[in-house]
Amino acid sequence: MSANRCESLVMPVRHSGFGGSMPRRELLRRGLFGAAGLWLAGRPAPGAAAVPAAAGTAKAKAVIQIWMWGGPCHIDTFDPKPDAGRDYCGDLDKAIETNVGGVRVNENLPILAKQAHRYSIIRSMTHGVNAHETASYIVQTGRKSGDGLVYPCVGAVVARFKGYDAGYKGLIPPYVVLTKPQGRFSEAGFMGSRYKPFATGGDPGSKTRFVVEGVVAEGITEERQRARRELLHTMDLLGAAAPQDPRVEAMGRTEKEAYDLILGNAGKVFDLAEEKDDLRDRYGRSTFGQSCLMARRLVESGVPYVTINYNGWDTHKQHFPSMRRMLPDLDKGFGTLLDDLAQRGLLDSTIVWWGGEFGRTPKVQWEPPWNGGRNHFGRVFSVVVAGGGFKGGQVVGATDKTGETVKDRPVYPWDLTSTMYNLLGIDPGATLPHPQNRVVHVAPSAAEKYESGGPLTEIV
Amino acid sequence: MLRGWIAVAVAALASTAGGQTAAPRPGPFENAAEVRPRGRIDELVFARLRQLDIPPARNCSDGVFVRRVYLDVIGTLPTAQEASQFIFDKSPEKRRLLIDALLERREYADYWAMKWAELLRVKAEFPINLWPNAAQAYHRWILECMRDNVPYDRFVREMLTANGSNFRVAPVNFYRAVQNREPPGLAQAVALTFMGMRADKWPADRLAGMAAFFTKIAYKPTGEWKEEILYFDPGRVCTNPGVARTPAFPDGTPARIAPGQDPRIVFADWFTAPGNPWMTRAIANRAWSWFLGRGIIHEPDDLREDNPPVHPELLAYLQQELVASKYDLKHLFRLILNSQTYQLSPIPASTKPGAEANFAFYAMRRLEAEVLIDALCQVTGTTEEYESPIPEPFTFVPKDARSIELPDGSISSSFLELFGRPPRDTGIESERNNRVTAQQRLHLLNSSHVRRKIEQSSKLAAIMASGKKNPREAVGRMYLTILSRLPTEEEGRALRAYMDSGAVKGRDVMLDLVWVLVNSTEFLHRH
Repeated sequence: MSANRCESLVMPVRHSGFGGSMPRRELLRRGLFGAAGLWLAGRPAPGAAAVPAAAGTAKAKAVIQIWMWGGPCHIDTFDPKPDAGRDYCGDLDKAIETNVGGVRVNENLPILAKQAHRYSIIRSMTHGVNAHETASYIVQTGRKSGDGLVYPCVGAVVARFKGYDAGYKGLIPPYVVLTKPQGRFSEAGFMGSRYKPFATGGDPGSKTRFVVEGVVAEGITEERQRARRELLHTMDLLGAAAPQDPRVEAMGRTEKEAYDLILGNAGKVFDLAEEKDDLRDRYGRSTFGQSCLMARRLVESGVPYVTINYNGWDTHKQHFPSMRRMLPDLDKGFGTLLDDLAQRGLLDSTIVWWGGEFGRTPKVQWEPPWNGGRNHFGRVFSVVVAGGGFKGGQVVGATDKTGETVKDRPVYPWDLTSTMYNLLGIDPGATLPHPQNRVVHVAPSAAEKYESGGPLTEIV
Repeated sequence: MLRGWIAVAVAALASTAGGQTAAPRPGPFENAAEVRPRGRIDELVFARLRQLDIPPARNCSDGVFVRRVYLDVIGTLPTAQEASQFIFDKSPEKRRLLIDALLERREYADYWAMKWAELLRVKAEFPINLWPNAAQAYHRWILECMRDNVPYDRFVREMLTANGSNFRVAPVNFYRAVQNREPPGLAQAVALTFMGMRADKWPADRLAGMAAFFTKIAYKPTGEWKEEILYFDPGRVCTNPGVARTPAFPDGTPARIAPGQDPRIVFADWFTAPGNPWMTRAIANRAWSWFLGRGIIHEPDDLREDNPPVHPELLAYLQQELVASKYDLKHLFRLILNSQTYQLSPIPASTKPGAEANFAFYAMRRLEAEVLIDALCQVTGTTEEYESPIPEPFTFVPKDARSIELPDGSISSSFLELFGRPPRDTGIESERNNRVTAQQRLHLLNSSHVRRKIEQSSKLAAIMASGKKNPREAVGRMYLTILSRLPTEEEGRALRAYMDSGAVKGRDVMLDLVWVLVNSTEFLHRH
């Protein structure tokens, strides 16, 4: 299949949210002119300088995004359909009750089942696109593709409005990816590399030490770091010959910034050995588990956006064995993260956003060559949100009895991202820096006529 | 073989550095040769500089020249041997001969195919979505055009008028490598790529008239996965309100299309006609900007009536030369590369604000991401891994591949992303970001990636081992390998002092020397 065109996204707008149905007029007002709409009044004139929005009374200070790279199956995780039979469930046909009445999840998520009061499950996510690259882009940017602009993803937007432009002073860059960058599209989009994430490289799950590229150099003493830095200064003849050249000045400035991180204390945030062993065990000693712990440490030290790129969910083949192996890893890391954030009083100010680019076909492909696999499924997927102003213990929307269509309250990616921007105190109508000075807003405006299920007012 | 060259080099260095205090020797970046016009380009540039009372910089040294011209023409560092051979060559014609030789190197095609693949958005994944097979085919065609030095008008024409399968007739991918396949979107792509203009800023009727040339293009799938046929469909009806009913050239002249004729052919005839400045102005200006770091019109893809050239006669001269040579890009490149203007030192002789914009010195620029990682690999004799996020068909990248050879913008590495490789989303040149950042410095100064390359390099280890017998020679080889020149006395003294300080011992001294050199302004910039 070629990448689906956006036209296929157009669906009738329906809305009967968690608190019952809502009159269509009210829905339109809230949906199209709510979080993503009302801002049109009182915007600066086109071409006016972009000024980062003040955080104001934002509930959320930070986001931890658990990116389920490849598209996790919704019915095998947070939207279980145990009664749908083997054609749909394979051998993963058991759901367990959570600590919130009536909410069930897959039986391989026992730790998360005890945390359900902390998060909300959105079971009616939809965009209809089945190609990884386009779907990843749509979900992570909250924008459709095809209008000639490549929008930045949420992390880059947060880096813009809560990063250095907005007075962030941390030495750790404001947008961190554990551990590898996205690859399918450019995270910063048209905003350019200033807003790209800092990808740590290395492995937080390493038995020895999490070696963050550039920050931690094992075996080089501080004395040697300082000595060779001096030597570099003495021997930089071209820099000395053209000291006023702006590129030489940039070399000096960036070198100082780099050494502030190498020689200062800021890099200690990456030292996971500072954590107690039993807590590290609870997170799981895997790359993902320790990435969750790392994310908490980063947020604790003031980093506003952390993405954990969690690979392996594109399960066309060997789906069921893979899920049995990976779900416990997910459960430990994600479940412990929620609990740990809450214990430390960080959950109220930290959004945790779990999800991938789409769901997976509920009907199992038993035929060769898949032999029990699941394909891409953009029509329905689940997202879990917690903290930072999101309520816990809620379920938004519903799917039919096999998880193949959204039955109730569709939520589009931009409904979710606009809601998050609001919680973060980022004005959806603020302008983004564009290299050719085009006026582009944080979230789609009413004039862009995106179909919408409305902002997630029922869970904020 | 190399040892022989080094011996000569070191002897030469020793004989010039005998401690005499007569005339101050120029530093390693310039020489004392008189700066004078060598041809029409220089006459025009220097006349302007005289008017502005800006003195030009000095002539660049041979060490600077050899490195610069390798990087600019083939995107590749000279080896230690190539550098020393050039530096000690006594022929007065050696710069011209080196330029000629580089224009025929295999890497010439690799490097310029990379540049064109950026402008043409050769990328399998989002938002271009060419898909790997088509991206590979398109890149191969571009590479062959560069290798064969296909005349520029033909190169453009083949893309504008192509029909057929995206896998088999590669230039059809021009019309697929866009975010918007509607006629105005295609017209914008043509305007940006070949006219260096942002058509979204045009008056609406101009874009509408040009879009009408692209209304008879149709696309259809085949039985092969992701194959797509692009063809001329005379009966196709366009309902897009942004398209004029009859085509008009961007200069306002209406076009006459015979019944059954593909309007793209009429457009291509007009566009590539010898008297038409729309094509030559854009490419001549781009070529200048690629070598001098800045267009005569800046930015090179934002040509507008209200963005005049800083030197109209210079641009006109380059255009004439291009037409007279039958659109031979290598001829144009040769002309620029042989000019005194191109061969000026990177150190300005004047701090006047117009110096850079009027080409009074060679403006240094940070190496492109690909060129930088290839240079690090070459210096250390190591390789890199590149990967594509697309699962199938599996994209195989040979272990020793250089990054300037990568065909597809979706094949990448963390390093390339960190150093501002363009995402190939729009084809706008400024997508490539060559500004140095703290994160990049962090990576070069202190990452395990770069450190491993240096510490585990058997190539560098061999040079270090030779230092046991002859440390001076080893240091010379290190400099030639990394900076394409020999060390100065000043550098030799600094290194000696570092060794004597006792802060670092043994092999670590040489490792730190390598570390210093690859982190220097000189290594990180073309200069």
